[in-house]
Amino acid sequence: MHTVPDKSAAPRWGLAGLRYGVRHTAALLPGTAVFGMAYGTVAAQKGLTFAEAAAMSMFVFSGSAQLVGLEIWSNPVTVGTILTLAAASLVVGLRLVLMGASLQPWLGGLPPSKIYPALLLNTDSTWLIALRFREEGGNDPSVLVGAGLAQWATWVTTSMAGYALGNLISNPQRFGLDLVLPIFFVAMLVPLWRGTRNAVPWAIGGLVALAAQYLLPGYWYIVVGALAGAISGGFIHERE
Amino acid sequence: MSGNEVLPYAAFIAIAAMAAATYFTRVVGFWMMGHVPITPRMHRMLDALPGSVVAAIILPVVAKNGMPALLAVVAVIAVMVVRRNDFVAIGIGLAVAALSRAAGL
Repeated sequence: MHTVPDKSAAPRWGLAGLRYGVRHTAALLPGTAVFGMAYGTVAAQKGLTFAEAAAMSMFVFSGSAQLVGLEIWSNPVTVGTILTLAAASLVVGLRLVLMGASLQPWLGGLPPSKIYPALLLNTDSTWLIALRFREEGGNDPSVLVGAGLAQWATWVTTSMAGYALGNLISNPQRFGLDLVLPIFFVAMLVPLWRGTRNAVPWAIGGLVALAAQYLLPGYWYIVVGALAGAISGGFIHERE
Repeated sequence: MSGNEVLPYAAFIAIAAMAAATYFTRVVGFWMMGHVPITPRMHRMLDALPGSVVAAIILPVVAKNGMPALLAVVAVIAVMVVRRNDFVAIGIGLAVAALSRAAGL
């Protein structure tokens, strides 16, 4: 972003980033736990076995892909279901494509054997915590690993607990828990604020997404809005 | 092979397919940007991208959930500006959302 100190220095893996990642993920973990429980409960209702529900959390590790996947899931699982599940996961993950792209200027120089396994753990919140760390002058890619592992462990264990306990949290809306992720995102966005001028593309992205939500199916509005914001950002500050 | 065929271990093949697709989305953007030249304009686009992704996720959610979500977001911003504490901000945001829903807003 604009005021990163020591921008040319090569990233160094260490404990500082790991700690930062775990610490800042902690605020989100109660929310992750509730959604893990909710996922486990729905998985049980949809007829997945315990092993299947747990394996999905371990290997897919994406709340949105898994909850959409459960909507598509059929019993028995046919070849057609498998193809639909893979396609849905791609579409739901499109925002992750954009998030990954935005990490390239910082982490592009790292050896692929190290950065690609770290990206396995990338999620919405992991990415946002890493960005904030970078904005505050951090240069340690371990932040992705720390934040990702804390999320992963919570997600997997609470998925299994939700499956075992059944309908423990039947109405998350009542406690505002369906809004945990947007609330977390707003909290993480505040430290990235660099004045209104840099926020113009954000506003464009948000407004385009808002309009696209009514015109496009599924999660496409996120991709369309984010691209609109980024592209406008590329052209707005042209003459500076 | 018809779409209705059931393979052995079909559930685990399905999970593997979801995992592969999701991992693909986690790495492909990073990989692609490493293979195109990053011009100054491209750099400005990547600079604007994170905030745009966040705004594109948040604004539609707030619009869909109405007043409770709006109040929660305002409360979170206020707490973050004053205290810069994630825990306090998220706790207050959730409390505001739950209370305003309980109040029937």
